[in-house]
Amino acid sequence: MDKIQADRGRRRLLIGVTSAIGGVGVGALATPFVLSMLPSARAKAAGAPVEADISKLEPGMMVTQEWRGQPVWIINRTPAMMAQLEKNAHLLSDPDSDRSEQPEPCKNVARAMPGHDNILVVLGICTHLGCSPTEKLKAGNEGGMGSDWPGGFLCPCHGSKYDLSARVFKNMPAPLNMRIPPYTYLDDQRLLIGANKKGG
Amino acid sequence: MVSQVMGWIDERFPLTKVWREHLAEYYAPKNFNFWYYFGSLALLVLVMQIITGIFLTMNYKPDARFAFASVEYIMRDVDFGWLIRYMHSTGASMFFVVVYLHMMRGILYGSYRKPRELLWILGMAIYLCLMGEAFFGYLLPWGQMSYWGAQVIVSLVDAISPEVALWIRGDYVISDATLNRFFAFHVIALPLILLVLVFLHIIALHQVGSNNPDGIEIKDHKDPVSHIPLDGIPFHPYYTVKDIVGVSGYFIAYFGIIFFLPEMGGYFLEENNFIPADPLKTPPHISPLWYFTPFYAILRAIPQKQLGIAAMGLSVLIFFLLPWLDRGVVKSVRYRGTLYKSALAAFVLAFLVLGYLGTQEPTIWYVNPIARVCTGIYFGFFLLMPIYSRLDKTKPVPERVTS
Repeated sequence: MDKIQADRGRRRLLIGVTSAIGGVGVGALATPFVLSMLPSARAKAAGAPVEADISKLEPGMMVTQEWRGQPVWIINRTPAMMAQLEKNAHLLSDPDSDRSEQPEPCKNVARAMPGHDNILVVLGICTHLGCSPTEKLKAGNEGGMGSDWPGGFLCPCHGSKYDLSARVFKNMPAPLNMRIPPYTYLDDQRLLIGANKKGG
Repeated sequence: MVSQVMGWIDERFPLTKVWREHLAEYYAPKNFNFWYYFGSLALLVLVMQIITGIFLTMNYKPDARFAFASVEYIMRDVDFGWLIRYMHSTGASMFFVVVYLHMMRGILYGSYRKPRELLWILGMAIYLCLMGEAFFGYLLPWGQMSYWGAQVIVSLVDAISPEVALWIRGDYVISDATLNRFFAFHVIALPLILLVLVFLHIIALHQVGSNNPDGIEIKDHKDPVSHIPLDGIPFHPYYTVKDIVGVSGYFIAYFGIIFFLPEMGGYFLEENNFIPADPLKTPPHISPLWYFTPFYAILRAIPQKQLGIAAMGLSVLIFFLLPWLDRGVVKSVRYRGTLYKSALAAFVLAFLVLGYLGTQEPTIWYVNPIARVCTGIYFGFFLLMPIYSRLDKTKPVPERVTS
């Protein structure tokens, strides 16, 4: 009886140890497979900054620039649009962009670089689930947004609304203002998107 | 000669034994009705999807540069390519039609109740797997809806863990890497899991035996000599023949759609998916295919991102708990009282309304308010079930099945 009990204890120990070591082996073998699904070296290298020429961008117009496979919008806002931005504060969820992401110099009402207040550079991706919102730049009911629409963007997926500084309205599915990517002015007419400093 | 061959096989493989246990001497209740077609039909659709899928992969290219064009090539230049592709795309939607009706049958007759809890859970696992199959497969044509649908769903993961979303995509955005791996999931990984789960589902069914519209156990009344359930009939030939009738009806509907309405007015193949994927522009109106819209409407109805995602996830997963939420003394809706019947009717209505609202643009004023009410009813059906299913005034259950 004692012999059988002792054997049982040993057997349990051996099974436990074998299972544990086998488990470690399975884990080790799974690691390369799991890691092979992360972005490859080629995907990582594809994130270089892109240059944008804004010399032909008239007031009230918008262009889209591809950066890291995503749309970056550049909008030349008119003085009337700029004047509207201050008045939107009470409609917005994060009017001062405290919780939202932008380069430090752009943390202002225009969400733009000082000296180029009218030029908005923004990653055109809704902070809810990553759709690209539709531009509804003109104020008023022209785009079917209602007569009190101050101008901005509407996400077609879940209806989030943003103003002309890409700040999200209150009570929308999207939690934050759209992201301002790092960018810098190479000169008055040329932007480098994806870099904080010239050549950086 | 035949019996000699069979004898030779049976000594080496239990062929006759399997045939008897699972077909010729598997006794199913004799009172199956229309609702009992959908289990065998689901199996048929699975086989059809696998066969049409094999032939599609012969011409499809899982490469972001060629994927869209290769699908159009199948549609225009491959002999009968259009037929095989429409069989596959229509089959995907019909799979969900059949599976939703199959699940509805389970809910109507209490087929998830003891001792069939594990059968129900395996079925739910199949349903989840099927949702994954549909999602991964939908990226493959690389159209606008493919791209932005994948973008939205992967963003759901992103909201919970950006690292996991990056790992799923294999890139910082939905890209060629994502397309290539979704192809691998769609044609190898998930179909294998699906087949294993279907096998387990059938084994579990044959362990506990089929439920029936009266929700009573036929094993409670067996012939004293032969031990065969008195209300049971052998699956083969009785139900194999019955199911062939179901298959005929199904094929009439299925091929009717394929030949006359393959896009189903945008519900089976969305118009925006005939435009190649453009990562810079979301189509003006996007919505998932109809079989996901009830859950999508719940996501949109909640004006807070994390809560919306949680509610959507829960709305699918809560079905797993059904065997333990239902405390009714009877299984079948035939013997339930007004309280349970009203709750079930409200749930079915809410599910259908949510499905409709999910296809509509969120800016229409009534969409989200109604979706919120329906979301309340949807969760109320499950969460209040332990209370109302117990209070429900049930009718007496018969000893033997009724005809």
